[in-house]
Amino acid sequence: MKSRAFLILAALALGGAAALGAKAPVEVNANAITEDLLPPALSEFGFFADPARQVPSQGVIPYRLNTPLYSDGAEKLRFAYVPPGQKARGNGEGLIDFPAGTALIKTFKFNGRLIETRVMLHRAGGWLALPYRWNESQTDAQLVVAGARMPVTTPDGEEISYRIPNKNQCKECHGLDGAVIPLGPKARNLSAEWLAGMVTDGRLDAMPQVHDTMPLWEARGEGDVAASARAYLDVNCAHCHRPGATASNSGLDLRWEQDDPHSYGVFKRPVAAGRGAGGLEFSIVPGEPDQSILLHRMNSIEPGVAMPELGKGTIDHDGVAIVRQWIAEMRQ
Amino acid sequence: MRILKGAALIAAFAAASPVWAETITVEAGEGAQERLQEALILARPGDEIVLGAGRFALSDGLSLDVDNVTIRGAGAEHSVLDFTDQQDAGEGLLVTSDYVTLRDFAVENPKGDGIKSKGADQIVYYKVRVTWTGGPLGTNGAYGIYPVESTGVLVDSTMVSGASDAGIYVGQSRDITVRNSMVQYNVAGIEIENSRNALVEGNLATHNTGGILVFDLPGLPVMGGGDVRVTGNLVTTNDVANFAPPGNIVGGVKRGTGILVMANENVLVDENLLEANDTAQIMVVAYTLPFTDERYNPYPRNVVVGENLYQNGGSNPDLDGGQSLAEAFGGALPAVMWDGLGDGQTPALLAVAGTPGWSVNLPRQGADPSEGTPGPLDVPAPKSPILTGPIGAPEELSRRIAG
Repeated sequence: MKSRAFLILAALALGGAAALGAKAPVEVNANAITEDLLPPALSEFGFFADPARQVPSQGVIPYRLNTPLYSDGAEKLRFAYVPPGQKARGNGEGLIDFPAGTALIKTFKFNGRLIETRVMLHRAGGWLALPYRWNESQTDAQLVVAGARMPVTTPDGEEISYRIPNKNQCKECHGLDGAVIPLGPKARNLSAEWLAGMVTDGRLDAMPQVHDTMPLWEARGEGDVAASARAYLDVNCAHCHRPGATASNSGLDLRWEQDDPHSYGVFKRPVAAGRGAGGLEFSIVPGEPDQSILLHRMNSIEPGVAMPELGKGTIDHDGVAIVRQWIAEMRQ
Repeated sequence: MRILKGAALIAAFAAASPVWAETITVEAGEGAQERLQEALILARPGDEIVLGAGRFALSDGLSLDVDNVTIRGAGAEHSVLDFTDQQDAGEGLLVTSDYVTLRDFAVENPKGDGIKSKGADQIVYYKVRVTWTGGPLGTNGAYGIYPVESTGVLVDSTMVSGASDAGIYVGQSRDITVRNSMVQYNVAGIEIENSRNALVEGNLATHNTGGILVFDLPGLPVMGGGDVRVTGNLVTTNDVANFAPPGNIVGGVKRGTGILVMANENVLVDENLLEANDTAQIMVVAYTLPFTDERYNPYPRNVVVGENLYQNGGSNPDLDGGQSLAEAFGGALPAVMWDGLGDGQTPALLAVAGTPGWSVNLPRQGADPSEGTPGPLDVPAPKSPILTGPIGAPEELSRRIAG
């Protein structure tokens, strides 16, 4: 049942582990996940058998998202750890309900160098998000609760001051109705093969029922433009632009499941956009991408104008292109 | 970094705060961004974060997400959070926790909004200053002091200048007091939007495009603004040309507007001194744009203009054909301007006898002003009080800054 991609990832992981030689397999430190502490070093979790090469420890499962969040072009490596003997529960198309003791791990890489790893820990009191910055020698990463800036060269060759978010900024995106929640692992944004693998391995209770899977980002040129654009907006914008989240007061709701055009921006006037509106009247004007505030703000890196407000130092030209095409093809 | 001070401990006992409350001092200088943000993150409920005197050079937005924390500077002229080189985030300081007190410091040149508090109940802004130092520019951030989606807001003795939308903007909130503050060189000095139970009292609004605005807008999670009293304010010489970036709703505010009420219900405007606002000292209008939101009532209802003092306004209206209109009224437009629209059930506007005013007499909501047939103001006088019961922020917020 497992997909080839899954097997390849698994094989890579095994290969990496084998290359380590006789080193004993590293075990995940469950206490570091669950205890009410802020571990100062990433290594304390034991998520990686070979940290520098991001070879996961036993039980730490790599995954990908069909449509990922843009992060200045960073290569992102995602892992999930579900405590042994426990099962996550499917929740329809939505966010998988992971048990306490779960960790979600995401490493950001530029030009082969590890820059930061963000972890989400499911503790008794809810989820906690923490940012870790990798050291020069790439042996370990240190907690940076206040965030940090680092010079980085993007895949497009842009020299930027890359922002590692602080602990509060983690919540700005991951906050919903006052709680912190994961964003990525929604069943609709995961491959059926991966989900099936999790079920087979006993980490997920049953195959979630998904009728409306998000498209693969790399296949966006081939298929349904609207689906690609809406998936992009959901993943990149809707963590804030939805009821109960950071940008709820804007009234703009960019979730995948929102099907009221005014709610996702069609002829919707700005509320608190200020100069971010760029002199334009509506979030989306069908057929007129250059008259649409939404695209204008995606196409900026100026603080106060640029969207998303956090985690963006460069324009995502691929994202701009698909949203531009979607708006251009939208009928009046 | 966590310095426990005896005095703070005693004060904490006196205020019945948690006994472990601490004072954490952060000085300006090298690494201020990380040191201050770290203090904000590691603070525990009851703590006070003290900003030293000096200029804090900040590269990124700051945020506070811990309940019951005070941020206290050495004074609005002495502790300055300088965001001139800000690279990230939509505001200078973001507060997302409850029972927070912000006092005695300044925010300068944030790239977006100045201080935003969202879903932050029972918040106090006291002797805080937000300034865009380049004056009124369309490239300035939108809001200076920006509480939104909150219950219990006290803004007291603050100063805001340069906001390209509203200096003090309270949106989608309730139980609000904005008082004793000075707003100048903003598009809107003070704006209360889609909010309930608000008191705007004792402020000075001058050299804005419009002094004080009370709005209700469609298409938002929280609508149905009303129960607002605007009283005892000095609203004078709001004479700055509108510099809002186009596309913003306040871009429609006319230069020379003193107090503007748009849509909304149960609004009392009384005991203000309105002077030299050259379009209208007071303007009461329906929402001007087309809308589709069925929940929305675009008309003013029960807006009461009580006793106010009017001096020298209406002589240079920022309206099409304004000059000839002013001449038709003998050189200056009367103090109160109404667009003539209401929902036909509740009276839109009531005014005490002798209130000087005129009506544009628009034929319908959304009509162009040129379709109006201007005439004298003919509205009933208020018979019974429209605001009963206490209005404004809870007393507890005032007690927090007393003494």
